[in-house]
Amino acid sequence: MVKDKFIPGRRSFIKTTCLVGMGLAIGIDSLARPFNIFHKNAAGVDVELSPFILIATDGTVTIVNPRPDMGQGTLQSIPSLIAEELEVELSQVKIIQSDGKSKYGSQTSGGSTSVRQLWTPLRKAGAAVKEMLIKAAANRWGVADDKCYAENARIFMKGTDKSLGYGQLAEDASKLEVPLNPSLKDPKDFKIIGKNLKKLDIPERVTGKAVYGLDIDVPGMVYASILHSPMIFGKVVSFDAAAAMKISGVQSVMKCERKMIHRMAEGVAVIASSWWAADKGRRALNVKWDNGGLDKTLHTETYFKACYDAARKSGINFEEHHDFQTKFNGAKLKLEVNYETPFLSHVPVEPENATVVVNDDGSVEIWAPVQGPAETLNEVADYLNVSPEKIKVNATLLGGSYGRKAYIDYVKEACFISKAVKKPVKVIWSREDDIGQGPYRPGMLSHMQGFVKDGRITGFHHHAIGESILGQVFKGLSDDEADGTICEELSTRNSKYQFAGAEKISWTNVKTEIPIMWWRSVNAANFAWGQECFIDELAHLAGKDPVDARMDLLNDERYKKVLQVLVEKSHYREKLTAGRGKGISLFSSFGSICGCCMTVSKVNTGIKIEKVVAVMDCGQFVSPDMVKAQTEGNIVMGISAAIKGGIIWKNGVCQHSNFNNYHVLRLSEMPELEIHIIENGEAPGGVGEAGLPPVAPALGNAIFAATGVRLRNLPIDINNLSMVG
Amino acid sequence: MAKYIITVNRKEYTIDVDPDIPLVWVLRDYLGLKGTKFGCGIASCGACTVHFNGNPARSCQLPISSIPRNAKIVTIEGISGVTLHPVQEAWIEIQVPQCGYCQSGQIMSAVALLKKNPNPTDEHINAALNGNICRCGTYDRIRKAIHKAAQIESSN
Repeated sequence: MVKDKFIPGRRSFIKTTCLVGMGLAIGIDSLARPFNIFHKNAAGVDVELSPFILIATDGTVTIVNPRPDMGQGTLQSIPSLIAEELEVELSQVKIIQSDGKSKYGSQTSGGSTSVRQLWTPLRKAGAAVKEMLIKAAANRWGVADDKCYAENARIFMKGTDKSLGYGQLAEDASKLEVPLNPSLKDPKDFKIIGKNLKKLDIPERVTGKAVYGLDIDVPGMVYASILHSPMIFGKVVSFDAAAAMKISGVQSVMKCERKMIHRMAEGVAVIASSWWAADKGRRALNVKWDNGGLDKTLHTETYFKACYDAARKSGINFEEHHDFQTKFNGAKLKLEVNYETPFLSHVPVEPENATVVVNDDGSVEIWAPVQGPAETLNEVADYLNVSPEKIKVNATLLGGSYGRKAYIDYVKEACFISKAVKKPVKVIWSREDDIGQGPYRPGMLSHMQGFVKDGRITGFHHHAIGESILGQVFKGLSDDEADGTICEELSTRNSKYQFAGAEKISWTNVKTEIPIMWWRSVNAANFAWGQECFIDELAHLAGKDPVDARMDLLNDERYKKVLQVLVEKSHYREKLTAGRGKGISLFSSFGSICGCCMTVSKVNTGIKIEKVVAVMDCGQFVSPDMVKAQTEGNIVMGISAAIKGGIIWKNGVCQHSNFNNYHVLRLSEMPELEIHIIENGEAPGGVGEAGLPPVAPALGNAIFAATGVRLRNLPIDINNLSMVG
Repeated sequence: MAKYIITVNRKEYTIDVDPDIPLVWVLRDYLGLKGTKFGCGIASCGACTVHFNGNPARSCQLPISSIPRNAKIVTIEGISGVTLHPVQEAWIEIQVPQCGYCQSGQIMSAVALLKKNPNPTDEHINAALNGNICRCGTYDRIRKAIHKAAQIESSN
């Protein structure tokens, strides 16, 4: 695979087309119109919208990947959908990243949507081009289409040794009608999809050649390091730049702004000929901030106290069946507890960074690691008040993201500074900026009520409490409105648990100014903790084994199968020696179902995580190894979220600054991993996030099985369980 | 600013920089060797790991003024010749990287480990690579790939 490092987009696309002469370009317009294909006419004028495939007359096949790769493998998985149907090998294809223009449709890597949304449209695009190439060859040979077939970037005439390369047919094919309903391959004939092909971008990633946002160099570029307000929303009253300006390489110091999605923050930027000089200058700044009352509002303890207060009151009913509250009040065997999850930082190892030039003519070019090239283009157009046509986005490889780089405040900072200094500017956040400035995954509280009868879990209420991303960052929530995205995920429509007595999902919005945003698996990991640990508690209350209790509740064969396979693969039924325990959990998110079993053992005052077995049902998938890799990554991040981290704000200031006081899992703490994938041919589900939510509850349930200690607050200090209440 | 001469990947460079500037920024922004990554600036993540006289070192903690002219510095760009280093081969074989950003540092730590200990146990690997954070969570594969690299090296 030949791969442009960071030069996707319209201009380079057209340039390539002109260089090689006549070619065929074909694509899809949007998800709403999943098969709107346009092609290049004979005059060489581009009339196509959203070209995803270009076949040049020299035979070069270029595929535009519309979903940036942050490690989840879209650089290979998405082009695979086209290549499979087009009958080309990935090694024959040049892959470039889309540039945010609307013709490529939705381009955000997020919500584990890439393969799910593009599975059919991109296969159809590949299949349509193949049919056009076949027809072009058949026409040239004067035979029927069905006498020809495609293989390995050539069209062959059956029963003869005649063949023509795609490049030789591209021009003829471009003049043909685009078939609207091309036939897709039978999965049994797949050569790429479902196979364990090596990722072709890996050699660049092990030789230091892969180009991430941080590696971008633009001629004439200067660097900026920004001192953000330690209380995030503090206002700059005044600043003394004298000491900073004395540092060799520092060129200027300016007040700047950080446009977050929902509000504005302020900072002071130091611009210099190197980032080191800029950052040294920043450390020499003396800034006076007006922090208003932020010391009281930016305070996690106050926030959680408000959440616990809310747990003592009724929330907004999202749904209630069979009058849960009355039945709960009258139940003999019942339980009412709270489960807490902390705020978390994403901490991608590549810090937030962006290189931007805002030119005098109003045109803008951006090079940055972003999850959404289209969102970047549109948000910057709004922010700078320039037309989208004047903006070129080069979406680079991302050095990790996990949701953070879908939030492009750092790109807008570079826009602001470049506009002021009239030069290309590279903004690099320090790790301290990354951890101290948010946005974070919100901390949440699950207020749980349940009851059991005759050895069965019959009543279940999940009262979800906390700040809503929808509410704080986007549309806002009215006073009587539940966060529907959260509540729907907790509904029995998603869990597939059927409670014979009654059930209820409710919501209370507790507001905070601490900025929040999507974090891998969004709120699923917050609330799976409460749901799946509480099911375990109720199972014990009912005198049932936690797996048997779940089987008893489930009415869906796919969920049952995941649980069955998990029980089998984890040897759940085998007797363990004293001081060891296994915990199970099951959660569905992003269109997939994942079960997790953890084995832990008592060690001194704490426990050790010995082994994690996960079973993933994500329906059809592109690469089993990529599914495994994503699930492994989710287990690691899920364990980090359960036993490390926990962002604390106190009196307006984040109490963490770097990896020495905000911890993530390290290699020596790695348990043994085992991943099993269910193969069932169902519609593709998400793979990048669904493995994370069941991790923490499997741990909590395993700790209970091994020690008899039921933990309800994350994070857990696994080395010292006696300290936890 | 002051003039310094350093040797990186067997090549000598003369640079005029601030005496405080850490090696990671010299490599990246003055020598164009961008395979070495910045992650934390306080030696807590390992993304900037290079070899300093054969030992793994966090280049964010090495001010240029502290580096002797005859010190041998090797970066990710310097470990392979015509063919890839066995550690890189193993990383490809096991399909270790996800985003890949931390992998230069992981690989530099692994190469240094195998030089000293051609057949490391899991415990040796834990000790040698515990300073290298991978947020994508490729640790299990890193362990497997180091064992694989040890195999490749012993069969060469």
